[in-house]
This record gives sequence, C-alpha cells and structure tokens, in this order.
Amino acid sequence: METFLMFVKAFLVGGGICLVGQIIINYTHLTNGKILVLFLIAGAILEGFGLYSKLIDFAGAGASVPISGFGCALVKGAVKAAKQDGVYGALTGGLAACATGISIAIVSGYLVSVLFKPRTKKK
Amino acid sequence: MAQYEITKDNYKEYVFEKMPKSSHWKNMFWAFVVGGTICVIGQAFIELYSIWFNSQDASVLASGTLVFIAAMLTGFGVYDNIGRFAGAGSTIPITGFSNAVVSPALEFRAEGYVYGVGAKMFLVAGPVIVNGVTISVVVALLTLLFGG
Repeated sequence: METFLMFVKAFLVGGGICLVGQIIINYTHLTNGKILVLFLIAGAILEGFGLYSKLIDFAGAGASVPISGFGCALVKGAVKAAKQDGVYGALTGGLAACATGISIAIVSGYLVSVLFKPRTKKK
Repeated sequence: MAQYEITKDNYKEYVFEKMPKSSHWKNMFWAFVVGGTICVIGQAFIELYSIWFNSQDASVLASGTLVFIAAMLTGFGVYDNIGRFAGAGSTIPITGFSNAVVSPALEFRAEGYVYGVGAKMFLVAGPVIVNGVTISVVVALLTLLFGG
C-alpha cells in the first residue's frame, strides 16, 4: 500500500512539475534548452534552502526525475562535500554527485550516434 | 492584406502570430500525463534497485536507467514523436536532458566524431552543466561562509 501511494505521489508531483513547465512554455515560448536551465536553477536554489530534498523524500522519483532534481543533486553533493572538505569539497562535490548521470548520457549518446542513422524529422 | 513592416522589434511578434496555435489545455494535459508517467517509471526502477542498493544509490541508478532508455528511444526516433505532443512532459524529466544530448550528437555525425558528435552533444547539455556546476559551487561556498 505504501509503495502504491509512492507511485501516486510520484505521478502527481512529477506531472505537476511538467505542467508548470508547459504553462511557462505556452505563455513565454521559451526554447527547450532555456526551460531545462530554468528548472535546473530553480531546483538548485530550492535545495540551497534545503527545500527540494524534502520534496524528494515526499514524492521520490516525482521530484528526482525532473531536471530540477538534477540541480538539487548538484547542490546537495557540493554542500555535503564542502562541509567535509571545505573549499576543495565545494569544487568537487557537485559534479561527483552527478557523475553517474552525465557519464551515462555521454556514453549512450556516443553509442547511439555510432549505432543509429540520423533520420529526417517528420514534419 | 495589410503589408507588414518587419523590424527587429516586431519580428518575434510576427512569428508568434503566424505559428500554428495548439490548444493550451490539451498541451497542459499531455505534459502532466506524460511527465507523471515518466516519473512513475522512474519510481518503479527506484523500488527495483532498492532491493540491492541504498535509497540514494537506487535513485541515482534509476535516473541513469531512464537516461539510457531515452537515449535508445531517441536513436529509434521514438522520443521525438512523444515530444511533439507531450511538450514539457518530455522535456523536463531527465529523459529530456538525455534526448537533448543524443539528438544533436546523432544529427551532426556527418561532421565527424570530433567536431560533429563530440561538440554538438553539448549544445544543450553544455548550458545545463555550466549553470548547474556554477550554482552548486556558489551555494556550497555560501554555506561554508555562513555556516548554513
């Protein structure tokens, strides 16, 4: 039951974050790249105040899968390492926390561009 | 038909006017449903990985799995089809980041593996990582200064 509730919360919060993004796109016509950066920064700043982690505790993947969760992970990693190792930690912690995601994206991007043929987009 | 005087200032307005209008409500509905569904799939992977890993690692691996799946779907040309009706629902989840990495890498392969794949891969990922890393270092230094 608890697991099921977690899925419901993930759907509602994750869908809600995307809904906010879609409303912003509808009214401002921002491009995808700018939307990604906007939500990344929003997640990072919220985590600066320790708020975004609480949302992740509540909604699981609903908060960690959107790009704002990526921003949160960067800040969380950097702050945690800074508390341990000072300035050195502040410089390494963020990227270290996100290294898995970035590496998988780069390697699979390379793999796909080797394996697949570019296709013309359908109009 | 009235002749438009296109200047630098009103060009954007002119483009908006000519763009095909799609229903805002329909856009928002699909963004919510597709975005929510991607997060539910992510949650399913978290539950699965929690069997073997602690919750922190399970969450990171679940996102990684979504990134890999989205990369493959981009290769098959499926992800861009989802994106056409899901809008932000397919852009904002980490899968949209993956799509933004893989899509230009694939598209510019003809320009070679150095200046094509290697450079164009960071067309969108670059701004995301640059902004993310900068803000994380700034926040961490502020925390050190003010003892957060």
